[in-house]
Amino acid sequence: MQQITFILNGEKQVVSADPSSRLLDILRDTLGLTAVKEGCGEGECGACSVLKDGKLVNSCIVPMGSVDGAEITTLEGLRDTAEGENIISAYADSGAVQCGFCTPGMVMAAAALLRENPEPDEQEIREALSGNLCRCTGYNLLVKGVTLASERGKEKGIWQ
Amino acid sequence: MHQSINNDFLQKAIGTPVRRLDALDKASGRAKYIADMKFDGLLYARMIRSSRARARLLHVAVPALPEGYYYISSNDIPEGGENRLYMITNDWRVFAEDTVRYIGETIGLLVGPDRNVLRDLEREIKISYEDLEPAFTIDEGLAVKGGPIHGEDNIFAEYNLKKGDPDSIFSGSYRIVEDEILTGFQEHAYMEPQGMVGEYKNGKYVITASCQCPYYMRKAVAGILAVDQEDIVVSQAITGGAFGGKEHFPDVIAGPLVVAVHVIRKPVQIVFDRHEDISFTAKRHPSRTRFRTAIDENNRIVGMDIDIAINGGGYQSCSHIVLQRAMFSVNSVYDLPNIRIRGRAVATNTFPSDAFRGFGAPQGIFACEMHMSHLARALEMDDAEFKQQYFVQTGGTTVTNGMIHEEVKLPEMLEKVLESSGYIEKNRLYAGEGAAKAVGISFYNHGGGFTGDGEKEIIKARVRVSRDQNHKVTIYVSNVEMGQGFQTTACKVAAKVLGIPLQDVFFQNPDTSVVPNSGPTVASRSMMIVGKLVERAARQLKNSWNDQGAVDAEEDYVQPPGIEWNSTTFQGDAYPAFGWGICAVEVAVDPATAEVETKGIWTVHDIGVPIDDLIVHGQVHGGVIQALGYGSLEKLEVKNGAFLQNTFADYIIPTTMDFPAVESDLVENPYEYGPFGAKGMGELVFDGAAAAYAAAVQKAVDRDICSIPVNPELIMKLRQA
Ligand code: FES
Ligand code: FES
Repeated sequence: MQQITFILNGEKQVVSADPSSRLLDILRDTLGLTAVKEGCGEGECGACSVLKDGKLVNSCIVPMGSVDGAEITTLEGLRDTAEGENIISAYADSGAVQCGFCTPGMVMAAAALLRENPEPDEQEIREALSGNLCRCTGYNLLVKGVTLASERGKEKGIWQ
Repeated sequence: MHQSINNDFLQKAIGTPVRRLDALDKASGRAKYIADMKFDGLLYARMIRSSRARARLLHVAVPALPEGYYYISSNDIPEGGENRLYMITNDWRVFAEDTVRYIGETIGLLVGPDRNVLRDLEREIKISYEDLEPAFTIDEGLAVKGGPIHGEDNIFAEYNLKKGDPDSIFSGSYRIVEDEILTGFQEHAYMEPQGMVGEYKNGKYVITASCQCPYYMRKAVAGILAVDQEDIVVSQAITGGAFGGKEHFPDVIAGPLVVAVHVIRKPVQIVFDRHEDISFTAKRHPSRTRFRTAIDENNRIVGMDIDIAINGGGYQSCSHIVLQRAMFSVNSVYDLPNIRIRGRAVATNTFPSDAFRGFGAPQGIFACEMHMSHLARALEMDDAEFKQQYFVQTGGTTVTNGMIHEEVKLPEMLEKVLESSGYIEKNRLYAGEGAAKAVGISFYNHGGGFTGDGEKEIIKARVRVSRDQNHKVTIYVSNVEMGQGFQTTACKVAAKVLGIPLQDVFFQNPDTSVVPNSGPTVASRSMMIVGKLVERAARQLKNSWNDQGAVDAEEDYVQPPGIEWNSTTFQGDAYPAFGWGICAVEVAVDPATAEVETKGIWTVHDIGVPIDDLIVHGQVHGGVIQALGYGSLEKLEVKNGAFLQNTFADYIIPTTMDFPAVESDLVENPYEYGPFGAKGMGELVFDGAAAAYAAAVQKAVDRDICSIPVNPELIMKLRQA
């Protein structure tokens, strides 16, 4: 066990954890942040996506040891911001949400993309979501959702 | 979307899209799936499973368990209870006792408060077996290798169908074309793994589960504890995808779980990890379909002799019904003369196969479509040109000698697909270039609802729609929202009938202590059958809308007139109505690597009338891409009875990068007995794309393709042959 200090959704967080334990388990089990889903536990599906120092990572393969001093954003920290709300409602309006299990991860992936590239084309969107599996939608409406988020976000000046 | 926009469908067509009622909760991560829910004093369970495909189970040595830990097995089934799951068939056991039939069969449950401790304890359990000779393939099952697993011959079910006079044809002097088409296992790969929690509350066993069929589960487990079905309450948790994988298989988890809850009387959770979920849950049935087709001197089909065998695995479960649908689908959209179909569901020592979107139809249709395309190639005709000669028409005859009652719009649909895909021009051009490019096409239909008189005789659906004092309306049905959008579309149906805003209609996840039994969420029946009952109940409610206080309206299933079915001989109308589809896929095959690039996907479907254009669109995309995964990527092999692929790193499902967007189109064709004219569609959209893809590659590489997945390995092999 080790004291690990990090910024979680904008606030300082100290947990005592085994450095080899998974960030995903600390988020879900210790801190109760269940917007972060476990779809595979092996870094293959993206359901557990969070931002670590602004980069999209799969929290199931992030050891707590590497989180010390880092800044972690989960969907809980994003969903009530203008940026998060914009992506969430764009997915909802595009019909991109079916069973919804992949969707939190898809929101995080879209956020990471749009911060870097507020006006992505279809190919760039597909690349940005390529680490996130969805079995329901066939992806097309997710891609449309990101395009809609981009258009609306631009109107609202979200990335200025 | 503003609320007013969300209610546009009240003034406009019902299909006018709305924002799904569950979208914001799910997209914001507020929706609680079973693994997200909190229960006081929750214990966790790990399944202890057979590591042998076929063996005598000699002894299970369980170490001394720490305080608060339990080992649960068949010994814990109470007096009078049965070690048996009452699924469609009752052969699947709760816990293995003296023998095991497949790798992964449940032997016991380890239960306790700490999942890491459970994992350590699991390693200390020593199970001794005496191995028996297993049978893994259809052929080994049929040869009764190692002695019978089921009955005397390993045949779970055998059926024979005859249309016309096939005997006379095959004794004649026609040209006979033979074919053998193979399909493999497919993993559902819903993103949320299997999971449920059992509790003992107020004298009842309460199961909160990610599942499709709450009433099925209740029936499956009551007899284990020798209690009434009412003593089991099944409450559906928000379900993260299912595709048939949460139709019966959750019963196999719920059985041991209720025994644990019975013994421990504390909440117990079972949630599979992905490795367990791929390794140890049911899959789509592998199939082998053989054809002998007689062709006359005018190059016309004069008869077909078809033999279908599916691999049912260690227990029967619903294999016989999957087989029926495979047989009823094996002439797909064609009205052919003189047909004989033999079907067998075979017992083997692989993991039991079970329901998966399409339920036998994808296997039957893939076989049919590939065989028809092989005939076209043998006769040097184009697939579409050859196949359309045999399109069934209104009044035409099915393989069960039933009648097609509805208007068949295939010719109009074909025109649309030919135009959108550029099928004719592109194929002409590519053939001239000798390029490894082509457009493939497939045709398919899917009967909505249970086979034959199943809705009337077995399911007997009932729904209730209630209006409270505040004029808010609630729909009570046992069909679940599992991603397909039924919560939203059912509410739209009621709102539209009543002329009230969508936000005044409610649909909660079903709980068997609250909702009537409107049947399982399967067979593309939720909208077509249950949605119709919701529509009727809403009409009833409308008549008493101004009554004082709360008002209830109930409706029971009534079979549409003119449907004739004999469930013993399988003669008559197997389905009251069909969804219809055409899919075209364009591919380019790399001459060096045999990698296939999919250049375009076009579909046209007749689903009656869409209840929500966007939701239908989402189903089409999702179903088509899932089917293209089945057709091209998803290889699941069995070695010594175990699935070789068991992670998303080796069982490959489509990502955003594998396929382009699907261009999807619809033709309207209202079905009189569906709500607002709607027919079933959730499975239809899966049925055809694998064949369209395989037909495209077949044309591009100029070799007959007889199996899926069509991956570079297979293409290389075909090229060398
Ligand atoms: S759960 Fe982390 S990538 Fe799948
Ligand atoms: S919506 Fe179900 S997995 Fe994406």
